Amino acid sequence: MNALKINTDLTRRILVEFIRNEVERVGFSNVVLGLSGGIDSAVSAFLAAEALSPEHVWAILMPYKSSSPQSIADAEEVVKATGIHSTLIEITPMIDAYFERYPDASRLRRGNKMARERMTILYDHSSLYRALVLGTSNKTELLLGYGTIFGDMASSINPIGDLYKTQIWQLAEALGVPKQIIEKKPSADLWTGQTDEEELGFTYEDVDTLLYYMVDRRYSREELIDLGFKDTFVDRVRKMVVSSQYKRRLPVIAKVSYRTIDRDFRYARDWET
Amino acid sequence: MKFSVALAQISPTLGNLEKNLEKCERIIDQAIRDRIDLLIFPELTLTGYFIKDIVASVAITTDSPILQKLLDYSKRISIVIGAVEETPDFKFFNSAFYLEDGRIAHIHRKVYLPTYGLFDEHRYLAAGNKIRAFDTKFGRMGILICEDLWHPTAVAITALDGAHYLIGISCSPGRGIEASDRLGSSITWERLNRTYAQIYSLYVLFCNRTGFEDGVNFWGGSEIISPSGEQLIKALYIQEDFIHTTLNDRAIRRERIITPLIRDEQLHLTIQELERIYRERFED
Repeated sequence: MNALKINTDLTRRILVEFIRNEVERVGFSNVVLGLSGGIDSAVSAFLAAEALSPEHVWAILMPYKSSSPQSIADAEEVVKATGIHSTLIEITPMIDAYFERYPDASRLRRGNKMARERMTILYDHSSLYRALVLGTSNKTELLLGYGTIFGDMASSINPIGDLYKTQIWQLAEALGVPKQIIEKKPSADLWTGQTDEEELGFTYEDVDTLLYYMVDRRYSREELIDLGFKDTFVDRVRKMVVSSQYKRRLPVIAKVSYRTIDRDFRYARDWET
Repeated sequence: MKFSVALAQISPTLGNLEKNLEKCERIIDQAIRDRIDLLIFPELTLTGYFIKDIVASVAITTDSPILQKLLDYSKRISIVIGAVEETPDFKFFNSAFYLEDGRIAHIHRKVYLPTYGLFDEHRYLAAGNKIRAFDTKFGRMGILICEDLWHPTAVAITALDGAHYLIGISCSPGRGIEASDRLGSSITWERLNRTYAQIYSLYVLFCNRTGFEDGVNFWGGSEIISPSGEQLIKALYIQEDFIHTTLNDRAIRRERIITPLIRDEQLHLTIQELERIYRERFED
């Protein structure tokens, strides 16, 4: 846990500057984000409100009929605490209309569809409000692939994607995110009683510490085991990182010309901005 | 000799020469009004840092109009500025120009091009192959660019070549948020600047940039360290700033009287041992 301790003042300052800078450099002044009632989107909302002032931040609450009422209540708390705009758009009609065709669809398909439905709503509001879509994926879920590609993983700018979940908790405290949001068990809220840690089979504290040494400090498998991590845990997490690599990359392009986008046509995204 | 020096801690626009030049001109005009003698800009002032495939289109040559314009300014104020330099053999360097009295007093071409982690410089740029101190009307100086300063040998060469003023310009990304008060990268830089100033009894003039490129933050914190290792002035972290002070080579003299490390350097011994090391470890 100690390895993951962060200077929240400094982190907050950098992330706030980041949001302001990335939004303004492309000629925008607004952001839109999906507010779930969870800690990640709460932290993104607080940072955006500080960076751009609340009237430039639009939160969209997009519950499905199975979403916990507590999630909506918590999201509304965030709206109240930050003073940002909010809109409630139930995704139940769209999701249910689609799955009438596939009544036996798995939880995974339904969860992915919901995440992507929310994404299309956010990008529609991006156009409506001339706002960039603010990402709410943290480093833990990005590395583990614990998210839906082109769903909740889609965004224009992501202020928290280099922070592990345990670091998000620290930042949330510093930002004044309502206590019950920090203290409740993280959940994708796709069905009643779902929690991340139960689904993943390990705690964020354990996996964040492991990922920190594995990814940030580049410890080898042997060195990780020497640190006290179980070999099965190390192997399982490594496999999750490797097998979700595709989610963190652009689609693969078959290369036939002399200069292919993103392989040898290389420009920063902030090119001339 | 006393002279005034300013550090322009700016955030350039990536790949936009005209806009960056305009910004520099505004700062130069102000610095002239403030009676600054030497004005220092950060690494790759005119281009921004993650230039990648932009390199060839933002490169300047020693006879390009942009440089002519800056040379005109240098009749009124000495300027250190960073740019991509294209040489007649079509190589592209990460260069620093020292301009004074309408002429180029010195060009330093970055020797150590970091190509690891988030850095990719050697993919796009040629590496310089000289480290030289040079004379200016304010005294003998040396310029190193960012990663160069992480090689103490480069600093040693500059100091032994007689530099009284070590100018370090950089685009240092801010990373490492676990420490109690500062970014991990700033802690290392600040340690280096103080150490170099003190052990070589020279002024360190460190000009870093700020701003963001593709989510990478440049942390600013430019500073001037005295020959005794004390911080004389310090720019803000993370945001643009402009700081200035007056330097006096008498401070170098005093330090070199108190602690004559430079006098006692055994250059011959160093060369002899380096040659042996080269023979033993780098030749077959």
